[in-house]
Amino acid sequence: MNVLQQSVPLSWYLLLSALLFALGVVGFLIKRNLITVFMSIELMLNAVNLSFVTFAHQWHAVKGQIFVFFVMMVAAAEAAVGLAIIIAVFRARATLAVDRIDLMKL
Amino acid sequence: MNEPLLFLPLIALLPFLGFLLNGTLGRKLPKALVSTIALAAPAASFLIVVHDAFLVWTGARVMPVIEKGAPVWISAGTLHVDFGCVLDPLSLVMLLIITGVGFLIHVYSVGYMAHEVGYWRYFAYLNLFLFFMTVLVLAGNALLMFVGWEGVGLASYLLIGFWFQKTSAVDAGKKAFVVNRIGDFGFLIGMFLLLANFGTLTFTEIATKLSENPAWTGGVLTATALCLFVGATGKSAQLPLYIWLPDAMEGPTPVSALIHAATMVTAGVYMVARTHFLFDRSPVALSVVAIVGAATALFAATIGLVQTDIKRVLAYSTVSQLGYMFLGCGVAAYSAAIFHLMTHAFFKALLFLAAGSVIHGMGGEQDMRKMGGLRKHMPVTFWTMTAAVLAIAGFFPFAGFFSKDAILFAAFAQGGLLRVLWFVGLVTALLTSFYMFRLWYLTFLGESRNHDVHPHESPWSMLGPLVILAALSVCGGWIGLGRFGEFLAPAVGVRPTEAGGGSTELFLSIVAVLVALIGWYIADQFYRAKPARAASLATSLPGPYNLLVHKYYVDEIYSFFVVKPLLTLSRFFLEWVVDVAVLGGLAWLLGGIAQLGGAILQRWQSGNLRSYAAWLALGAAALLLFVLMPWTSLLASIGIHVGMVAH
Repeated sequence: MNVLQQSVPLSWYLLLSALLFALGVVGFLIKRNLITVFMSIELMLNAVNLSFVTFAHQWHAVKGQIFVFFVMMVAAAEAAVGLAIIIAVFRARATLAVDRIDLMKL
Repeated sequence: MNEPLLFLPLIALLPFLGFLLNGTLGRKLPKALVSTIALAAPAASFLIVVHDAFLVWTGARVMPVIEKGAPVWISAGTLHVDFGCVLDPLSLVMLLIITGVGFLIHVYSVGYMAHEVGYWRYFAYLNLFLFFMTVLVLAGNALLMFVGWEGVGLASYLLIGFWFQKTSAVDAGKKAFVVNRIGDFGFLIGMFLLLANFGTLTFTEIATKLSENPAWTGGVLTATALCLFVGATGKSAQLPLYIWLPDAMEGPTPVSALIHAATMVTAGVYMVARTHFLFDRSPVALSVVAIVGAATALFAATIGLVQTDIKRVLAYSTVSQLGYMFLGCGVAAYSAAIFHLMTHAFFKALLFLAAGSVIHGMGGEQDMRKMGGLRKHMPVTFWTMTAAVLAIAGFFPFAGFFSKDAILFAAFAQGGLLRVLWFVGLVTALLTSFYMFRLWYLTFLGESRNHDVHPHESPWSMLGPLVILAALSVCGGWIGLGRFGEFLAPAVGVRPTEAGGGSTELFLSIVAVLVALIGWYIADQFYRAKPARAASLATSLPGPYNLLVHKYYVDEIYSFFVVKPLLTLSRFFLEWVVDVAVLGGLAWLLGGIAQLGGAILQRWQSGNLRSYAAWLALGAAALLLFVLMPWTSLLASIGIHVGMVAH
């Protein structure tokens, strides 16, 4: 009946999700550009979203999918705020290298 | 039911109100208002006491008045203590002395302390003293009396150290306080014994219980009485705790007159008289009181012979006269002791106030060797002082004659070995007469030995009290021990030995006056006729003279045997072992742990965002690993079985 369930096993989705998450973590850790770091965080977030959707489908629970919408909505708001902060930081420091933004005070 | 009111609590509370007003607002109030408040309080108290005395005299109220339904202070188990006041002949006499003499000294202080910066502070303390002293006297139970007892000690401490910029005054205050604490400890133990044996601290109840058991003597009663007497030796400056009183002269002179001569130091005598029912049941305690009293009288009088500071002569004289009072108590002649307490309050307050007037007129000089010839400059002071000197030396018909005579006769009437005490008292009378006339000659007669100062008579606010006290010093004894004893009898009982009269007493009186005359004659020879003789006697007898000048080295002995060892112990044990090693070590240890922890933990707080994230990721990974690890099977493989793993 369910094409998705029959054709692709559950573990593949989870593996993809873990891979995306690990990519996000690595990107977060090794990238120096603040925007890239920010994108890495988004990547981790969506990796988790993917596992949410997977399990929701697996257990036939719609709650997981609703959660994903909430997460995406919050992520959109967060992205707006985050980008605004990044612009403010760039204006103040004239750099986006995270290593050089280690002081709260100017 | 419609008995006229006595307002007993007000006697104590009015001075307390004065203390509160002057103590809190005095700094900002004008001087005249401070004086008004300070004088109004004792004046009002005195008027209430006179009013009460009048009611008693007319028979409107019958003593003893024991207040019923007083506010309860402590009610715990079997212990009940209230704020009840007692008015009996004993407390009435004391109240008249305290508020009367106290008021006069307040008036005197207005003149004497006029130029002091701490004027308001001085009067606040003085009113506080009156509050506590009246509480002490009015108290119907031992614990309330102890409140007053401690309170007068506090007021005394504050007033001795009134000039707190002076190290010696501060030290003297501390000395007075510490030495008094030793005595107070005895008082406390005595109270515990009372509570343990009688189950109450109320004097009347104890007296009732004792009278119900006429066979009960000695033993625990002796112990109780002696403990209470230890308290009395502290407060009333008896051997071996007298040492604080001479040093207490660092305080302002009116304070010396009020607290350290007329009232507070007599609290011990009052306490012994108040608890006489205990002492009466213990011949041992009575003998101890008599012997300590007589020994102190003689001891202090000998030191008084060579003092050169006018106030110190009077201080040792006070110690000596207090010894007389205890001698009286010790031979169970309580009314004679209280009689002497009263006359002594008059003439000793007068002596101190006159000495204060002299010091005031001499611009602060207290050394008698630098005085002389003041008679022409200060006639009023001179004549009032003369009355006081004659009174204390025991000349007929001055006040001291009657009271001292009564005590000496009571001691003599004991007969047997106790007549030694009478003899000691007689020798003391000789010495007293000598050192008082020595003071009199050195201060007022002869030629001035100091031409730098221009002595002047004091203002009338100071002379007025002198004149009134002089009148009392002359007439205060005329009431006679007979009538006085009759009046006091309901409170302290009457002893056959006190009955007196007859040729023996007349003979003893003549002997006492002769002895006083001899003392005067010797002083006259030494300090008027041939002034060089005293100095030559001193140089020819260097040993005894130095012994007296150094006050028998008692301070040095106490310092060596008590103060130094305690200080050393404190330095070593408390300061080095407890403070530095234990407490300091603990503090260092705790500080060290915190510092070390901080040094390690601060590495994590690098401020580097990526290192935080890396730690976070590592932590998450570690947790994940921990959760996913098949612990139980791993442990089982090395032979350890945990949890729910079943076989």
